[in-house]
Amino acid sequence: MSERTIQTEKPWSWKNFFFQWEWFLIALLIGINIFNSFLTPYYFTADTFLSTPMNFLDKAFLVFPMMMIIVLGNIDVSVGSIIALSSVIMAVSYNAGLPMPAAMVLCLIVSTTCGLINGLLQAKFKELSSTIVTISTQIIYRGIAYIILEDKASGKFPSWFSFLGWGYVGNVPFITIVFVVFTIIFAILIHRTRFGRQLFAMGNNSTACRYSGIKTENMLVSVSTIMGFMAGITALFLTSRMGSTRPNVASGYELDVIAMVVLGGVSTAGGKGRITGPLLAIFIIGFLNYGLGLFNISAQVLLIILGVLLIVSVMLQNLRFDKRRQKSGVVSK
Amino acid sequence: MKNKRASRLSDHARELGLLAFIVILALLFQIRNPKFLTLSNLKDLFTNTAILGVLSVGMMMVLLTGGIDLSIGATIAFSGMVTALTVSVNPSISPIVSLLQGMATGLIIGMIVGFLIAYCKILPIIASLGMMNIVRGLTYLVSKGKWVSAYQMSDGFKAISTGTTLGINNLVVIAIVIYLIFAYFINHTRTGRFIYAVGSSPETADIVGIPRKRILLLVYAAMGVLAGLAGVLWVSRYASAQGDTAQGYEMSVIAAVVLGGVSVSGGRGKVSGIILGTILFGMLNNALPLINVSPFWQQAIQGVVILMAVISNVLIKRNNDRMTLRKRVI
Repeated sequence: MSERTIQTEKPWSWKNFFFQWEWFLIALLIGINIFNSFLTPYYFTADTFLSTPMNFLDKAFLVFPMMMIIVLGNIDVSVGSIIALSSVIMAVSYNAGLPMPAAMVLCLIVSTTCGLINGLLQAKFKELSSTIVTISTQIIYRGIAYIILEDKASGKFPSWFSFLGWGYVGNVPFITIVFVVFTIIFAILIHRTRFGRQLFAMGNNSTACRYSGIKTENMLVSVSTIMGFMAGITALFLTSRMGSTRPNVASGYELDVIAMVVLGGVSTAGGKGRITGPLLAIFIIGFLNYGLGLFNISAQVLLIILGVLLIVSVMLQNLRFDKRRQKSGVVSK
Repeated sequence: MKNKRASRLSDHARELGLLAFIVILALLFQIRNPKFLTLSNLKDLFTNTAILGVLSVGMMMVLLTGGIDLSIGATIAFSGMVTALTVSVNPSISPIVSLLQGMATGLIIGMIVGFLIAYCKILPIIASLGMMNIVRGLTYLVSKGKWVSAYQMSDGFKAISTGTTLGINNLVVIAIVIYLIFAYFINHTRTGRFIYAVGSSPETADIVGIPRKRILLLVYAAMGVLAGLAGVLWVSRYASAQGDTAQGYEMSVIAAVVLGGVSVSGGRGKVSGIILGTILFGMLNNALPLINVSPFWQQAIQGVVILMAVISNVLIKRNNDRMTLRKRVI
């Protein structure tokens, strides 16, 4: 194997096939479901697997764009605030007399603009890390939400709006269908387009990409904008599920989403990852939360578990990539 | 000679600019509300800013190495809660022991964060985000969701923050002592200079034999100790320990430090800068309610302040680099 060519896919062999992170995730997912099934006798029914995901799929919309951002070697901690701001603006504008469809479009416009601003700041001021940019916009966006709504709640949406979060098409929840559609779109975008390949290339070496003619600034901006748009989608579904909104909704979402992405085997150093990993991780963390909820474990313990999960999965990732690098002899240390 | 003086002036341009800005802002506040520049309000301002100042010192070290620590708000809550619970059970405990207990609690958390970052190579933001949630969860667990209120605390414990030494509030005294030690440490000891070296170029630091990982561990451990100390001071000052104490306070600390000109990409920052940055930030917090700005505006204002500060740091640095290049042209 020559070190000088970029090997996007490893040669197929039984060993490589079985030593994939995804197998570990699948085992984890099955383990969690078996554990859950001990908690309630009615667990293994089609209904459980169709309806339970309704509880956590709203976060799942953020996972794929977050994966794109992490593949670039960046991070975005402002998503929770973008959701809050766009959701608050939607509620306030609807209650001010805007028709609901227009308010929903406005929600998407606001969130996309927030993402665009994140991207532009990062592209204009390359010296700044994505960490500090999104930390400050996180405070600003939620701050604006507080200015608009103070500590009140806003809601009274039309009844059809609850269909987004609660509705079924046949036996399948509407949110699941939307999720499947977005999963397919992102899988193609990340793994089958030039854009996706440039993404991975930039994560490996941004400078080299710039010199070889990839418009790195445009990439940064477009990835952040996609993140913003998906935060708007999440805001729609989340608001619909809750029926009303407050400036403090979706706080801490960034932790869940980042945890899902890194548990899915996406390297925080950038440039590595496959969409199947985060996809499995969504269901692992989702079913884990659901099971612990059945077990009557408090939200604080969930915080601890999520924190541990985040740190341990990054640690395992680092070990894995270190070993592989040592084997291929690219890095001496 | 003339040249030398000019360069020295430009070295301090940022600090002088910040000082001028503080003076102008103070005058503006004074015009809007004559209560601002009274002795009692200034005392209030400094007492309220002291805890922020203590934390800025640690955060400056963390940012100097190019890292970030989001876990300190949770560390404050946890160490405050643990010491408050201990005091509520044993009221006879000396305040000194409480302070040491808080610092030890903070040290343990800080060392875990530092270990994860230095030896497990986890990105600072991810390690500290994870630890933030773990520690916050632990705070709720040890307190079982309850508060420790003023009547459960001994007078000695409350006196940590209300007492005075030489006529100055203890909090301010503690902050001044920490700043003196820190200024000596960061500017005049080898380890202090290593921190700058690690931040401005990790690869070079490795090559010249600086124990980079140990420095990282030290920095986060020191941040933990200061956060633990701040936790005790916080609980003593507000006479209540809650699960959500200091939630999001890390943002204020980061804001104050970057306002003081510490670069978030590491390797740049001065003690004089963070003193001014902390005072400016404390002034905003103190004066905004005095001039009737709604509390709901404060978060957004804080965010804008951070963003403007980091952007102006970048612009100043770009300008400096351009000037240096121009000087080289003959």
